[in-house]
Amino acid sequence: MTKSLRWRMLIILASMLVGIVLLLPTLVGKDELPEWWGNLFSDKELKLGLDLQGGAHFLLGVEAEEAIFNTADRFIEDLEMQLEEKKVKYIEIGRLDEKSSEIAVVLRNDADADIFDTLLSEGGGLGELSTISRTTGSAGEVKFLLDFTQDRKAFIRENAVKQARETIENRVNQFGMAESIVQLHGDNAILVQLPGFDDIEKAKELIGMTAQLSFQMLDYENTIADVKAKGAPRDVELLKQRVDDPSTEDGYRTEDILVKKKVLLTGESVKDANTRLDSQNGEVTVILEFDSRGSDKFAEITGANVNRQLAIVLDGVVYSAPRINERIGGGSARITGNFSIPEADKLAIVLKSGALPASITFLEQRTVSATLGADLIDKGKRSLLIGGFVVIAFMLVYYKFAGLIANLALVLNIFLLFAGLAAFGATLTLPGLAGIILTIGMAVDANVLIFERVREEKRLGKKIGASINAGFGKAWSSIIDANITTLITGLILFQFGTGPVKGFAVTLCLGILASLFTSVFVSRVIFDFILEKKLIKEISI
Amino acid sequence: MEFIKPDINYNFIGNRKVGFVISAILIIVSIASVVMHGGLNLGVDFVGGSVVQITCSGETTNIKSIKKALKPMNFKSITVQKIEELGSRKNSFLIRVNRTTEEASHLAEAMRTALEKAYGPGTIQIDSSDMVGPLVGSELSRQGRNAIIAAIVCIFVYITLRFDMKFALGAIVALLHDIIITVGALSIANREFNLTIIAALLTVVGYSINDTVVVYDRLRENLRRSRKKDFSEIVNRSINETLSRTVLTSMTTLFVLICIFVFGGGAILNFAFAMIAGVAIGTYSSIFVASPAVVLWEDIVAAKAK
Repeated sequence: MTKSLRWRMLIILASMLVGIVLLLPTLVGKDELPEWWGNLFSDKELKLGLDLQGGAHFLLGVEAEEAIFNTADRFIEDLEMQLEEKKVKYIEIGRLDEKSSEIAVVLRNDADADIFDTLLSEGGGLGELSTISRTTGSAGEVKFLLDFTQDRKAFIRENAVKQARETIENRVNQFGMAESIVQLHGDNAILVQLPGFDDIEKAKELIGMTAQLSFQMLDYENTIADVKAKGAPRDVELLKQRVDDPSTEDGYRTEDILVKKKVLLTGESVKDANTRLDSQNGEVTVILEFDSRGSDKFAEITGANVNRQLAIVLDGVVYSAPRINERIGGGSARITGNFSIPEADKLAIVLKSGALPASITFLEQRTVSATLGADLIDKGKRSLLIGGFVVIAFMLVYYKFAGLIANLALVLNIFLLFAGLAAFGATLTLPGLAGIILTIGMAVDANVLIFERVREEKRLGKKIGASINAGFGKAWSSIIDANITTLITGLILFQFGTGPVKGFAVTLCLGILASLFTSVFVSRVIFDFILEKKLIKEISI
Repeated sequence: MEFIKPDINYNFIGNRKVGFVISAILIIVSIASVVMHGGLNLGVDFVGGSVVQITCSGETTNIKSIKKALKPMNFKSITVQKIEELGSRKNSFLIRVNRTTEEASHLAEAMRTALEKAYGPGTIQIDSSDMVGPLVGSELSRQGRNAIIAAIVCIFVYITLRFDMKFALGAIVALLHDIIITVGALSIANREFNLTIIAALLTVVGYSINDTVVVYDRLRENLRRSRKKDFSEIVNRSINETLSRTVLTSMTTLFVLICIFVFGGGAILNFAFAMIAGVAIGTYSSIFVASPAVVLWEDIVAAKAK
């Protein structure tokens, strides 16, 4: 055997070995392999796409402006507090309107305004606000307009999206969906994929709940009728309360309730949350545990408000408003609300993983049931087998012995293609499966090009060895040009595509690369081996 | 075995007008079909909306009765399509509505409730549901358009570098020809135009250029060997010499595509349909359009020179 041939055979052998190593995690399962395997080689698996294994896919838009409004609201509270500390009375303080982050502050006179001005310039956490205007009205009152700088707004927006992503990832992981993907998509969208999970309603509740928890005191100074007629005073808001009612479908109805606006404690102080089932009366509650600062604050709040009712508000709805009997020092609180166990579990997860900084909208949602996915895999396999068989049979009939060699190359091609997909940890989607099947059809193209060329050379009266040499040599340039142009479109497809389409692009590109190797290199080596060993006198083609 | 005899010599170039007329007719029919259908049958991927696939396990249903059962939901536009699959007696339907707002979030469940009211509890299974907001839709269609333009530009550059500008022009003419007619075929069959169709179109672009380049490559080789002969005659010989390969590769590719079309199910059906149309037309164009277009270009240049 010539040296060159031996080397080339070694390369083929090596490629097969690498292929086996890469495919092993997929074939026997990642967890079955010893740990050193993953360290030494790749333990990446070929995964099934959502369309094949079933699951849910969401594209979420984060209402980042809302995060700016929320930040503005927090600043307003801060401003109120600082003004009170300086004993400065203000006429009005609040956001200009619902859809604006500009804060209007109206003070009684110039002197107060100057104090306020120094307060702003001193910073103290207020440095992020810049003064847009300061105007003096007819009665001597001074009106400030404040807003965040553009940089600050961009920062808040960006942060809101990031934080939302983390929160959602937390929730999804705690729900036990480990294979899930939660990633940023563009500037203010989040992509969530939950393989194997097709209960869209449940997933959406878990992901979409803002889960802003706050503790606020009930208001006793006003009546609901008054507030409805005249509007709420500055420090009071009208909310809905859940009231147990077994006669309704959900087990509760809602009633109006008046709550002090001042937020005493938020969900940020919650360290842990769990469902508890009371064995005596069967009541399901969610137990909150506060972190140390939260515990102190909670003890302080409950101590100062004995015999008053503390409202537990979640996303603007009062879940319960228990009467405080005594100072609560243990650092835990209880939410009751006639929950079902799954509902309480969901609530606990959501409270544990924290609030979303802003509400989200569902821009895109796709689900595939596991049965449909399994059905599609079956069909894909069947098409793959039948398609492969037809092509193999055709090559055998048309090119006889040379066809057999092409078929060997084709089988190796498919094998390497799967190995390549596994190496990338790629996701096999339905279009990806079509890409593989299509690769079978196109992979033999290189061999067809070569064999047609060999036939031409033979017709010129050359011997088979010389014909094969010339055939491979002359077909090479066509094969390269043809495959590079296809590869260009494959790469563009990869760049442009999302999800399933990307899966198709990956298989197409890998298929082209694998077929270049197998149809040109591998089949040539087989020919050379046979010719050199003189295994067969005449190769039929 | 040989399908195409080695001494074959059809006069493709001499009869190129026949090809041009056929192509012109196909293009006109394609455009007419798109216009007559009032544009492409765009899927929710591009225009937004919701699609729910259900399987009814109870009594046999039909499109009419599903529409009737969903009447109380007051959809502005609703289309129901039965999923026909070979060897499958499943009773599956695609229901498409234009709703994308928040209320649509519970759409699939709401549909199930409405349908089970008509067919009995537990008879309806939701196989899949897609909701695409209008913003996402317009973004996806922009990306799809850009991808096809980018592919054409890149191929133009590559062929100009590897061959010659006039070859690149011929190849692009053939590509546009293939895209228009493939889209036309989709329109005539009234098949939905969605993301996977963009993937199919790009693959058709890749396939068609592959075919064209093989002919060009042979043409380049023959031009180098014989400088004296008439250009159009060399082109004709090159097409004939590669004809056998062109037909064989088309055949193997079409074999597997037909397998996908017949045995593959669901979303892949549209894809396979577009590919079958595209590969067939791509094969035709690499024989009857791409190279003859180069000859035409040469003739025009020569005529101007005189």
